[in-house]
Amino acid sequence: MSELIAIAIGSAFINNVVLSQFLGICPFLGVSKKVKTAAGMGGAVVFVITLASFVAGIIYKFLLLPLNITYLQTIVFILVIAALVQFVEMFLKKKMKGLYNALGVYLPLITTNCAVLGVALTNVTKEYGILEGVVNGFATATGFLISIVILAGIREKIEYNNIPKSFKGTPIVLLTACLMAMAFFGFAGLK
Amino acid sequence: MNKNFKPFINGIVTENPTFVLMLGMCPTLAVTTSAVNGLGMGLTTTAVLVLSNMVISLLRKLIPDSVRIPAFIVIIASFVTIVEMLLEAYLPSLYDSLGIYIPLIVVNCIILGRAEAFASKNNLIASFFDGLGMGLGFTLGLTSIGIVRELLGNGEIFEIAVMPKGYQPLTIFILAPGAFMVLAFLVALLNKLREKKGKPPIEIGSCSGENCSSCMMDCCESKNIRQTPKAKIKAKKVKKVKAVKAEEEEVKDE
Repeated sequence: MSELIAIAIGSAFINNVVLSQFLGICPFLGVSKKVKTAAGMGGAVVFVITLASFVAGIIYKFLLLPLNITYLQTIVFILVIAALVQFVEMFLKKKMKGLYNALGVYLPLITTNCAVLGVALTNVTKEYGILEGVVNGFATATGFLISIVILAGIREKIEYNNIPKSFKGTPIVLLTACLMAMAFFGFAGLK
Repeated sequence: MNKNFKPFINGIVTENPTFVLMLGMCPTLAVTTSAVNGLGMGLTTTAVLVLSNMVISLLRKLIPDSVRIPAFIVIIASFVTIVEMLLEAYLPSLYDSLGIYIPLIVVNCIILGRAEAFASKNNLIASFFDGLGMGLGFTLGLTSIGIVRELLGNGEIFEIAVMPKGYQPLTIFILAPGAFMVLAFLVALLNKLREKKGKPPIEIGSCSGENCSSCMMDCCESKNIRQTPKAKIKAKKVKKVKAVKAEEEEVKDE
């Protein structure tokens, strides 16, 4: 159990998916203008990554390993993730209207979010079992949710600040991310 | 020959993926801790881009339009797997330092973007030069960012010490925050230059504007997918429509 907690804290804070591994930069910079949309995107990412790491873990353990074709993992994972996102969208639309209205808009955007494939591959390289993989996926995605919501909160305030013209827009957001990355270094002390 | 050579120059200069289009930001931030890593990542991506562009160009009339994106992804993923295995066998040190970012070339939007925007519409030779130009432009961008970070953070260029002996390396530049900082100043500089020419400032991760047609596959693709549920919801309760629409508009605004 303590091992799982260590994995969770490690992936959510110490090795934050955006601020220290640079995965999912596009949505991090693109969908972080308002806290509400950022939280929606983060929620959808948590949902998809947790599910994807579970499915990818099962396929790896019961299909790729027994058949000795682990070298196909990249191809298999990307196709599984793309198909999974489509199925999740269809399922939510049919069965869970409320959740679909909250997350539906963001789901297609996630297919090519490199964090999803990144987590599936990390689970394999670190030789996590299925439970550890799911915990790692959930924690990584929570790290994404935390950082995108914080960034959106700061960006809402930045709107009213007086910024040099050439730093307006993307550069100031990147500088904010830089300061956040420095702050997240503090979590390294948790190890 | 001249006509085929044009996309080559286009990729390196006028549509440079790093300095003009601002694409593939994940590897740009992640692997530029040293000039060697930037160069290695750039050349690996170039190899995948050239090969996938050529194969997609050859198969462009065979692949049905409705399943082209999955087909492109399978082709790209196959080449990434091949290149990954070759690197593991012949350049193990580079393989270790690039790590997880090699398989992640699959989701690099430059490659899928070129497949969709160029290779699926042009002949073999033009696609080859387009891939080569775009790839080398990306390599140039990664290597120059890598040189800056290595110089400030380590006092070296290509692992050769160039700074005077008393130089105290600013280690932060080869750590994660340094990547964001270097990119922030790069974009600010580019914005300054673009302002003089009267061009709009660069936006990363947004799908509005000229970049959409050439790349940003994820955004463009999702727009098409999104239209179906949007149309269906319209028939339902007005209240729900309003809520969904407001959210969609918010996303579009982003």
